[in-house]
This record gives sequence, structure tokens and C-alpha cells, in this order.
Amino acid sequence: MYRYDEFDHRFVAERATEFRDQVRRRLAGHLTEGEFKPLRLMNGLYLQLHAYMLRVAIPYGTLGARQMRQLAMIAEKWDKGYGHFTTRQNIQFNWPKLKDVPDIIDALAEVEMHAIQTSGNCIRNTTSDPYSAVAADEVEDPRITAELIRQWSSLHPEFTFLGRKFKIAVTGSEEDRTALKLHDIGIQIVRRDGEVGYRVLVGGGMGRTPMIAKELRAFLPRADLLPYLEAALRVYNLHGRRDNKYKARIKILVHEIGIDAYRDQVEAAFASMDRAGIAAPVEEVARIQAYFAPPALPERPAESPLIEQIKAANPEFAAWIARNTFPHKVPGHVAATISLKPIGGAPGDATAEQMRVMADLAEAYSQDEMRVTHEQNIVLPHVAIEDLYKVWKGLAGIGLDAPNKGLVTDIIACPGLDYCALATARSIPVAQRIAERFGATERQREIGPIQIKISGCINACGHHHVGHIGILGLDKAGTESYQITLGGDATETASLGERTGPGFGYDQVPEVIENIIDTYLGLRDGARETFLQTYRRVGMAPFKEALYAAA
Amino acid sequence: MLLLDRTGEIDDLWPAAGETLPEAGRIVVPLARLGEALDSDLEIGVDVPNNVDPKELTAHFGRIAMIAVDFPSFADGRGFSIARTLRSNGFLGRLRAEGPVISDQFTYLLQCGFDEVAIPEDVALRQPVSDWLAQLDLVTSGYQRGLEGRRSILDQRRGHA
Repeated sequence: MYRYDEFDHRFVAERATEFRDQVRRRLAGHLTEGEFKPLRLMNGLYLQLHAYMLRVAIPYGTLGARQMRQLAMIAEKWDKGYGHFTTRQNIQFNWPKLKDVPDIIDALAEVEMHAIQTSGNCIRNTTSDPYSAVAADEVEDPRITAELIRQWSSLHPEFTFLGRKFKIAVTGSEEDRTALKLHDIGIQIVRRDGEVGYRVLVGGGMGRTPMIAKELRAFLPRADLLPYLEAALRVYNLHGRRDNKYKARIKILVHEIGIDAYRDQVEAAFASMDRAGIAAPVEEVARIQAYFAPPALPERPAESPLIEQIKAANPEFAAWIARNTFPHKVPGHVAATISLKPIGGAPGDATAEQMRVMADLAEAYSQDEMRVTHEQNIVLPHVAIEDLYKVWKGLAGIGLDAPNKGLVTDIIACPGLDYCALATARSIPVAQRIAERFGATERQREIGPIQIKISGCINACGHHHVGHIGILGLDKAGTESYQITLGGDATETASLGERTGPGFGYDQVPEVIENIIDTYLGLRDGARETFLQTYRRVGMAPFKEALYAAA
Repeated sequence: MLLLDRTGEIDDLWPAAGETLPEAGRIVVPLARLGEALDSDLEIGVDVPNNVDPKELTAHFGRIAMIAVDFPSFADGRGFSIARTLRSNGFLGRLRAEGPVISDQFTYLLQCGFDEVAIPEDVALRQPVSDWLAQLDLVTSGYQRGLEGRRSILDQRRGHA
């Protein structure tokens, strides 16, 4: 894992001091509320429906036990005892008081964390693959690149007052687990003729105008990464729209002028800049690389007789292993997903106690490392198969043993009307009611892999556009109305969901979802054909008929 | 208007052009009158809006001594990229950020290549020169390379090893 050196420490300590000073100058009237707003947003402080919310950055979703324990401490001392892990691999505290925020930021700095650029019109936390250093198909650990970008994008003097937020994701694998094509810039590490470099995508995004990213560069030499990003951001900063905040994302610029015209401008800016002066020195890349050296895991037998024996006697444990583990490149190990989607819970929430137990388990069984996933779960990346029962027992003790990763109850949901000032409908209770309807382990397993994603307004924080089943909560004349989309996909085969037709009332949603799933089960070509595969084969018509024909 | 640079308040040595241009001395003209000014023997400053294409000015760098980039709002950050582009294209004259920018942006402005900031009275009343100078001590380090007059953290690390 990356560790701060004296320079990183000083940088973050300065930001904490600066924010304290900004709060002081706001209270003394030097800054108007309008001037203070982007400054507090840039420090992660967002005003919600009932209170301030502090969003803490978890760079590329990686954190250690010491950091998780500090988050637990913050949740208890300054919040209501829990935190909410987000789709951008961050954590949000929903109830801090403004006066406490500088102290919280100091507490974060103690454990090499901060809230810089988790909100506002700047470059946000760089996200990455939760299976970095685990997946057998990765070209290299994408967090090396993500950390370079984290540093480069931190308080970039040119890009802290952009037209709109800017999100970058990095993956090292062909199989995409980062929603790469739904980012302002998506970077895929690739190998060409033995040389490692980058494929660069641009202009993806969700929100009210969802778009799939287009290819900007098929192959960018590694040394050109930062100057090329600087050129891409500069063209956006100069030419992106500023007249309408809903048209200010880079996807609109790329869409309006076309990918070829945008590319020409980026390449021209790139060609005329002092590339060598902007690029990270090779020593710096090597320094970061050393922090991400793979952990020294001893090779173990691929199967553990002990674990097989326990599995045979304990179907819930067997179900958890079948669903919540992912193969590790080192034999005898797996990455284990801790589902933050217990049936009836709020997706992504964890209590301070749960955070502490996860930290203990990471320390004991996963090389002191955890990952936050964009599906709002936590991954223990380096677990010996032999240790899985101990991990599972630990999780069962805190109610986080749901064997539902990637299944119908592993739902992404935005905070919705329960917290958010922008929301037009509830999201969390919808997720809870769907999860309750499909709660039985056997039934979930029969349905197979399916992603339901719920947003409480058209800003699409719940990623509904790319849910296999997407649910969008709107306000229709004072009543919540839920639009359903089918066929969305956030992976390398990305697609945007298609609307079924008119929306449904709050009370109808669980039944509607059940109807869609029953229709799928009736149509699928054997148990191995997933919902998405079936939908792509048969199209919208049979689902539409099932939903609307009776009416 | 308050004009300041990293030393504090400074005098404005650039008078705005009236209806007709004087015979000699220095003058600031809006971009639309740049052609007219180029035909004179004046020392030229030019006011540019923040949707200017910075490349438009490159051909005249030898004749332009000062460029004032308009910031219609502190939240509109186009001016930062305009300054960086002008510097990257070789402009060596004086660069001014003009408009209601805030003291919290001072170091960013300097790092992007601006030399001075001209702020309206109401901002100057709330944010005295001391706020602007204090900002220089609040932000002393950064990760980006290739910016004016600063060794980035990446370069400092290299020196350190």
C-alpha cells in the first residue's frame, strides 16, 4: 500500500490548516457564502437535506486497518455511529457539525487520509479495480497509475475551478470492474509489442445525459500520461460549456464537437507543451511502484480439505464462498467480498463496530488491506483459502455474511430522499423492499448474476442507466414514480438501459421487479444464461408485454 | 480596483485607452482594438475575455507587453488555462488576472503564470492585502511539475533521494 512521505504529510497538513482558515474567514465575513461554497466542496463538505455531509477520499478504494479504525472513531465521535461507502469508493459521514469538521480533517490526516476534491468542480478521487494485485488478467497493478494521477490532480492549479466535476478511473484488466466507460476519462493499462502503456477513453458519464466513453488514444506511452491528461483537461477547461451546469461535463463537449475534433485539439496542445517537464520522473514512478509490490503470499494448495469439510456441513458458508470469493493470482488464496447489503439494510452502510471488525479481519487475514468497491461492498483482497471460515465467522458475528455478491439483493442505491437535497424519490427503502422480497439464498442463487441499481433522481448517482435493471425515482405531481430500464451494463461491454414504458408507484416496485425476473426465468435458455444475456437475445418486447399487457 | 502581486499592493502603470490612442507611452486596449494599437508605437497591453483563443495572440507576443485576462466570476476557471497556454506558447510579458477572483486562488493564479491580480473594490474590502499574502504561506507545496517558479514535490523528492 502507498504510504505518505514527509512531502505528502506536509501537503495534507497544509490543507487542514487552510480549511480551518477558510472557515475562520467565512465566519469573519471575508468570504461570502457563494465564495465559501466551492472551497468547502473542494474539502469534501457538502450540504444535504438535513445536515452537512463529509465525503472522505479513499484513493482507488484501498485502505488499511489503521485507517478503517479511524473512520470508525470518526463515526462514533462526530457522527451517528455509522458511515456510508459510496459508488466512488469513498465514505460519507451524513451528520457532522460544521464546527467539528476541521477536527475531523485533522483526525484523517493522522492516518494519511483527507477529504480533498471529493466534491466540487474539480478532479475527483481516482477510482480503480477492487481486484488490483489479485486478478490474474491484469497487465499491472492499476493503483500505481492511479496514485500518480492522485498526486498530479491534487490541487492542480489549473484545474480546481472546472466547469463541472471530473472523474477518472484506471483499470489494469480487460475485464472491467471500474465502470471505465462511464467516466470522464477512463484509462486502461495495455501491452503493445511488449511495451506497457495506456488506452485512453473520454466522455463517458451518467447523469441526465448518459453516454458511453469513446476512444481518445489507442496507445499512449507510459511516460506521456500526465502531460496527455493535462492536455485533455486543458481543452475541456477552455472549451467545455459554462452556460448550463447540466451541459458542462466533458461528455457534452466531446459529443457536440465530435471525438475527432476534440482529439485534434488535445493532440495539438500535447504537442506544443513541455512534456518532459510535466511528466513524472522515472524515479517517482519507481518509488510509487515499490509501494505496490505484490504481497509475499506463500503458494498454497488450491483446495483446503478442512474448508471442504466445513462447506459440506454448512450450506450458508458454502454459499458465501461460492458467491463472495474471487480467484487470486497466487494459488490457495482468494479475494473475499464483504457484502454491505444485508437483507433489509441500507446499501453501503457500515457501523463503527462493523468497521472495526472488518479492520481486525483485514489485519489478521488479508495483509492489512481492504478495498471499497463501486458496488458499495468491501473486499479483503489477499485471504488464504484455509482462513476463510475464520473470516466468515467474524463477518457472521456482525451481520455482514450475506452470500449475495452480484446477485439480485446486491443493489446499488443512492442516498435518495432520505438524505439528499436533490432527490425526487426514495431509493434506500426501495432497495430494502426488493431485497426483502428476494431474500432467500436459494432463490437468489437460482436467479443468478443480476445487477439492480437505483437512483432517486435523474442525476443518476445510483448508476441506474447501467443496471441490468435500472430504477429511477421521479416526482410526478407530488407522488413518487419509478421508471424502469433494462439491459444496462457498466463493464467492457457497456450499454445504457432502455426504458420499459410508463413508471410505477412506490408500492408497486417490488412486484414489478419480480414480474421482470419471472419473465426472465421463463425465457432463459438454461440456468447458465444470465439476465443480461437473455435480455440481449430476446429484447424488450416480452418484458414490456409482461409489465403492461394486463393493464 | 486593487492591484497586487506577491509583494503586496502595487501601482497600476497601465492606463486604459480612451477614444483615440495617444502618440507615445503605454496603453491597455480591448482585444477588438489590438490591430489599431499594433499600428502605433505604443507599449501595448491588451484586455482579453476568457473565451479568447490564446493562439490568436501568439503572433503578436513581440509587441504585447501585458495581457489582462478577464475573470467574470471566481468560479469560472478558464483564465487559468489561458494563462498556462500563453506561457507555454512563449509569452514573457506581464500577465494580469482581472475580476472578482478570491484570495484562496492567489497561489494557483501565480503558478499558472499570472504576475498580478486586479480585483474590484467590494472584494478588496472583504479580502484585504493581508489575506492574499497569507495565502502564499497556506499553500507552499504541490505535486505538479512545469509551473512557474516552484519546485514540485516530485522534483523535491528526486533531490532528496
